Amino acid sequence: MASRIETGATTPMTTTFEEGEILTADNQPLSVALRKALFRQKVRALLLIAPLLIFVVVTFIWPIFGMLWRSVDNSVVPETLPRTVAAMESWAPSGAGDTPPEAVYAAFVADMQIAADERTHTVVGGRLNYETPGIASKFRQLGREVGDWDLASDGPFKEKLIETDEAWGELFIWDTINTYSGNYTVGYYANSVDRQLTADGISARDADEAIYLRLFWRTIFMSLVITVLCVLLGYPIAWLLSNTLDRYANLLLILVLLPFWTSLLVRTSAWKVLLQDQGVINSALESLGIIDEPLPLMYNQFGTIVAMTHILLPFMILPMYSVMKTIPRSYTQAAKSLGATDITAFRRVYFPQSVPGIGAGAILVFILAIGYYITPEIVGGSTGIFISNRIAYNISSTLNWGLAAALGGLLLLIVMVLYWVYDKFVGIDNVKLG
Amino acid sequence: MTENLKRLFALVAIIASMSLLAAACGSSDDAAVSTTSDAAEADDASSDEAAEADDASPDDAAEADDSSSASAASGDASGDDPLTLVSWGGAYQTSQINAYSDPYTAKTGQSFIWDESSADAVAKLRAMNEADNITWDLVDVVGADAIRLCDEGLAMEIDFDSMLAKGDDGSTPTEDFGEYLVSDCFIPQIVYSTTVGYRTDLVDGTPADICALFDTDAYPGKRALESRPLNNMEWALLCDGVPKADIYDVLATDEGQDQAIAKLDTIKDDLVFWNAGADTPQLLADGEIVMGSTYNGRLFSAIEEDGQPIGMLWDAQMFDFDGWVIPAGLPEDRLERVLDFLNFATDTQRLADQAKWISYGPARASSAPLVGQHADLGIDMAPHMPTDPANATNIFVTQYGFWADYRDDIDAKYQAWLAG
Repeated sequence: MASRIETGATTPMTTTFEEGEILTADNQPLSVALRKALFRQKVRALLLIAPLLIFVVVTFIWPIFGMLWRSVDNSVVPETLPRTVAAMESWAPSGAGDTPPEAVYAAFVADMQIAADERTHTVVGGRLNYETPGIASKFRQLGREVGDWDLASDGPFKEKLIETDEAWGELFIWDTINTYSGNYTVGYYANSVDRQLTADGISARDADEAIYLRLFWRTIFMSLVITVLCVLLGYPIAWLLSNTLDRYANLLLILVLLPFWTSLLVRTSAWKVLLQDQGVINSALESLGIIDEPLPLMYNQFGTIVAMTHILLPFMILPMYSVMKTIPRSYTQAAKSLGATDITAFRRVYFPQSVPGIGAGAILVFILAIGYYITPEIVGGSTGIFISNRIAYNISSTLNWGLAAALGGLLLLIVMVLYWVYDKFVGIDNVKLG
Repeated sequence: MTENLKRLFALVAIIASMSLLAAACGSSDDAAVSTTSDAAEADDASSDEAAEADDASPDDAAEADDSSSASAASGDASGDDPLTLVSWGGAYQTSQINAYSDPYTAKTGQSFIWDESSADAVAKLRAMNEADNITWDLVDVVGADAIRLCDEGLAMEIDFDSMLAKGDDGSTPTEDFGEYLVSDCFIPQIVYSTTVGYRTDLVDGTPADICALFDTDAYPGKRALESRPLNNMEWALLCDGVPKADIYDVLATDEGQDQAIAKLDTIKDDLVFWNAGADTPQLLADGEIVMGSTYNGRLFSAIEEDGQPIGMLWDAQMFDFDGWVIPAGLPEDRLERVLDFLNFATDTQRLADQAKWISYGPARASSAPLVGQHADLGIDMAPHMPTDPANATNIFVTQYGFWADYRDDIDAKYQAWLAG
C-alpha cells in the first residue's frame, strides 16, 4: 500500500515500490530485515541467560517432572511380576469367590523365584500393601520358601500356595495385583483425594481414613487468612516506610530486614517460648489476673497462623514498600488541593496506585504459605498442620513416594488454578515489584 | 559486529564458568552438626528455600570449616578422609561419641563425621541407592527399619561370627547377641524402651501403671504421646481391658483399631504430640505436660543429669532394639575401615562403656556384668536399665512383623484421627 505524504515531508531512507514493499538500504525487504534483526537480538539474549536457564531447568523443572512422573508410575509391579501380569490379562473374576486359574499361580511362582533372588519381592509387596494391608507379610513369607521349589515338577502351584497360606486362596491379593498391573496408575491420585482405586473402579474411602481433602482445604484456608493478615499488618508499615523522613525510614527498613538474619528455626522456636501454656504470654496474662487457665495458643491453627504471619510479613512489606516508593507525592497533594479530605485522598488516589504492590506481596506470601512445612510442624500440633507435613511424612516414614508425589502434583495444580483465577480477576500485569 | 560478538561470547563463557563454580561449591550439605534433630531435616525439605537461600550458603561454609578444623584438631593421619556415621542426635549420640568414636580416634586417628539423620534413614538410603551415590558409612537404625532395609537389599548382610569380635567370656557373637539378632543385616547395640515420665511435683501421688496416662481425673494435665501410632495403640487397648496376650490379634482387626483410637480419643484434648525423643523431656521440664512418653535414656538424662523433678513409669515399657547397619554398595576401602571400626565399637567392653553415659542396656550378654557407674555422676547404671528385673515386670516386645504389615493401615486411621 503506497501512502503519500501530502505535507511534503522529507523522503525517508527507503524506496517505495508500487506494490508497497519497502526496502532497506541494502535492498532487503524491510519486514524480512526486521525479522532477522529481532531474531538475532533474541538469540543474543538467550545466550546471555543460557547458563542460568540450564541451571533452572536442571535443578528445578526436571525434578518437578520427575516428581510428576513418580505420581503415576507403577512400573514396579509389571517389572517385578511380568509373567503374572501377562497371565492375568485373560482372567476376569466372575464372582466374589472366584480365584485365578492355575496358569496365573504358576506364573506368579516363577516371578517370585526371580524376585526373591533379587530382593525385589518385598518392594513390590510393600507397594501393594499401601492399597491392601496384609499383603507385605504374605510376600515376605512366600519369598523365604519359594526359592526351594522346582518350577517343572512341584506344580500344580495353586494348591501348593494355598497350603502355604490360606490368603493365597482369597481374592484380595489377586484383585490388588490385577488393579495395579499397568505401567501407569491413577491410584495415587485417587488416594490423594480420599478415594480408592479398586477392581470395580474408583470408590470413596471410609470416612475415618479420609484426611487429604480436609488438609488441602485447611491449607488453602489458613494460607488465605495469613495473606489477609499480612496485608492488614504490612500495609501501614510499608506506608510508614515510604512516607517518613529518610533517616527514620532507613532505621525502620533495617528493623524489617533484621528477621532475615535470624534462622527460620530459631524464629519458630521463639514463638514456642511465647505461645506455650507456661510461656511468656500466658504467664503474663495469668499474673495480671486476666485469665485463670492458660489459653491454648499453640498446637492448633491459631499458633500456626500467628507464627507464619510473623515470618512471612517481610515478604509482604517489601514489595508493597517498593511500589509505594514510586507513587508521586504530588498526586495526593493535588487531590487535597482539589478539596478531598485525607481519607478520600487516600482512598481514591493513593490506595489504587498501591494495589499492584499488594498484589505482588499477596501472591508471594500465599504461595510461600501454601507450601510451608517447618512452622506448622513445630507449632501446629495435630490440627494446625499443612498438606506439606503429610507429604514429608509419606516421603520419610511410610516411603509411599507415589502418594507423596501425587499430593505434591495436586498442590501444584491447585496453585496454578488459583494463579489463573487471580489472573482472570486482578490481572497478572497489575502486579508490580517497584 | 564481530567485535561485539567476541565480547558477547567471552561474557557468556565467564558467566557459565562462574555459575558452574557456584553450583559445585554450593552443594556442600550433609556436613552434620545441627542442633535440632529431624526438625533440621525438615528445614532442608521445606519449600521456604527462597528465604533460606541466603542463610544456607554462609551456614554451609561455616559448617564445612568447623568439620575440617575439628578433624585437624584430633591430630590424625586419616583426617582427610573421615567416615560418616549416622545417628539420632542428643544424649544418645553423645554417648556413642564418648564410648565408640572418640576412643577409636584416639587409637587409630580415624576421624568421623556425625550426621543426625537416623529418623529419615530409610528414605535417604533408598534415595541414595537410586542415585547410586552412598555417602554414609554406618547407620544407626531401630530394629524395624533395619528389617526393612535388609528386605529391600539396601543394607549389607553381616557375617556375625567373622566380622564381629568375640565376647569377653569367649562366646561367639551369635551366642552373645542371641535373639537380639532380628535381621541378617543388623548389629544390635542397645536395648531401649519407650516409657512414660511424669512430673513428680505436678501430679498427686505416684502413677501405679500405664493406665495413669488415660486417667485424667486422678492425674489432670496434659500428656505427650508420639505422633506415630506405634506403642500408643497397644497402651490404649491394654487400658481398655484387652488382655495382653490378645492385643495384637485385636489390633489386626478394623474393630480393634477403632477401639484403640476411641480410647485415645477420650484424652485427645489433653494430648500433645512429639516427633523427636528430646521433645518430651523439654516439655516436662517446661511444665507444659505432666506426663509423656519417650525413650528411657532421654528421661534418665533429664532426671539424673539435669536434676529435673521427673519420675519414671516402667510399667508396660515397649522394648525395642537399636543398632548399626552398613549401607549396601560401599566401595572396598571405606568398607574395610567401617568393618574395622565396627569390630571395635561392638565388642563387649565398648557396649558396656556406652552404658556409662546413657541408661540403655547393652545388647551383648557378656557386657551386662561390666555395666558400671555413670562416667560423670558416679551412680550405678544397672537399676536404670530397661532390662533390670525391677523395671521389667511388664514389658512389651515390639512386634516387627505385625507393624510391617499393618503400619500403613493403622497409620492412615491414626493420622485421620489426629487431623480431625
